[in-house]
Amino acid sequence: MVNTTRPLSQLADIIRSKNAGPFRITFDILFADPVRYQLVRDSKAVTRETVAAAYGLPVGAITSFFEVDMASAIKITLRRPRGQGSFGESDVYGCQQHVPLLGLSIPIG
Amino acid sequence: MKKPITVLAPTGTLGYGFGAEALKRGMSLEPDVIAVDAGSTDPGPYYLGSGEPLVGRISMRKELSQLIEASRTAEIPLIVGSAGGAGCRKHVDWTLDIVREIGRERGRPLKIAWIYADIPIERAKLGIRAGEVKDFEAGYDLTESQLDETATLVAQMGHEPICAALDRGAEVIIAGRACDDSTIAAYPIWKGADLGLSIHMGKILECGAFSAEPFAMDVMLGTLHDDHFILEPGSLERRASIKSVAAHSLYEREHPYLHGGPGHELDLTDCRFTAIGNRQVKVEGAKAVVTPDYFVKLEGARLMGFRSVSIAGVRCPTMIARIDEILDRARQNALDYFAPAALKVGFHVYGRDGVMQRLEPRRSELGKELGLVIEVIADSVELAHAACHQISGALLHWHYPGQFNTSGNLAFPYSPSEIDAGAAYEFSAYHLMKVRSPTELFQVEMETV
Repeated sequence: MVNTTRPLSQLADIIRSKNAGPFRITFDILFADPVRYQLVRDSKAVTRETVAAAYGLPVGAITSFFEVDMASAIKITLRRPRGQGSFGESDVYGCQQHVPLLGLSIPIG
Repeated sequence: MKKPITVLAPTGTLGYGFGAEALKRGMSLEPDVIAVDAGSTDPGPYYLGSGEPLVGRISMRKELSQLIEASRTAEIPLIVGSAGGAGCRKHVDWTLDIVREIGRERGRPLKIAWIYADIPIERAKLGIRAGEVKDFEAGYDLTESQLDETATLVAQMGHEPICAALDRGAEVIIAGRACDDSTIAAYPIWKGADLGLSIHMGKILECGAFSAEPFAMDVMLGTLHDDHFILEPGSLERRASIKSVAAHSLYEREHPYLHGGPGHELDLTDCRFTAIGNRQVKVEGAKAVVTPDYFVKLEGARLMGFRSVSIAGVRCPTMIARIDEILDRARQNALDYFAPAALKVGFHVYGRDGVMQRLEPRRSELGKELGLVIEVIADSVELAHAACHQISGALLHWHYPGQFNTSGNLAFPYSPSEIDAGAAYEFSAYHLMKVRSPTELFQVEMETV
């Protein structure tokens, strides 16, 4: 039996990052197709642990993780590495931090 | 069954534009109020700290003119929340000045109300001493000395101060910092609509047509009924879909179902979306609970210093291979050179980890060229400029082993090579403070132009 995987970017329709206030960055993974959402949700390949690992962070940096069935979405939030706009800021809106999620490997059976 | 109440939100951020046709069509649906959010913390702490407006005066004047004209023609109120960007006193005054100018030009009486959201530092200190200030997400407890360093302190008002202005017959209401949802929800709540549904509708409409597809800074309408509300974009070129509305419910917030606001908690656990026709979505199920204590969110910014930056490209592979070591030594040399003056020196290395910094998992993959931004913050413009130039000059002529090109290491796009970027601010407060009443800190002032 061959275990097949696909990158998350081939299964989700929107993968985005954005500030949620000045001290959090939130990631939304959205699916147009609820079946594909359920496939990814049930694969347990997108978790606090896998997301933390993709960013090289301890799991404790993830402040929340939600599987939102109502919206066919997975939502993950991180503590911002630095307060928005403080010295050394590189992304004021937090909107270009999503890329490591694109390559998360999802087993599809 | 109460009469339905329709709110027209012309755009997601006042000053970022909306379609004239979309407004015209939206107004033909006979809304009861125009309500619009004009700010957020999202553009960063600079606007709050400095009091400089987020958008240009030309944009604000153009859009306020259109909205005042539309609201007066329909004889409905216009409500602007978080005026000017951060909703501080300077932003409210700047917006008011534009409204007065428009009012005088129209040549007919205009009843204007405004509500400052600035919190006196002493009032916040009283809150700390009474144990009534708690951290929201800043990660530290607010102290009196942090308040002393704070250049501007505002709090997010709820709907109540805006309702107080409606009580007094205001035609145009310019509110300082307000909870985005409350700006939109104030009128329906004032008319007796359900609190939870009003706030949920406010949460979606405050971003204008960002909850529609295709999304844009444009007109969005919501109509509140007894037990649900219906969303519809102003422009016929857009539609609201279950997908667009549900996706928007997650945007820019951490928790998908529970949202704290001034004096309330909103629970969206039982929320349901239903498509009506091709362009409308029906939303039901939001519940709001009034909290026993009324907390407002404080937002403060302090001056970090003055910033000077230099932008340069690096193309030589021998320099790229040693970039960290060279930058570290250049930083240390500058700190030593200007000691005992305190400097903050930072480098953004584009092409490596300039965007993601320590979140970058592929830091070791380097391109053929690097974009370098040198950033210095110091107590004066002169010192920041001098230090930035000292560093860019040192890097330009840095000698290192294996160097082929001894005539210069940096490709500068500009002369002068330094850009003075002015005052730099950071957030100093993002905390909750208990208040005695929803209107204690937010007084309504009025005049007729």
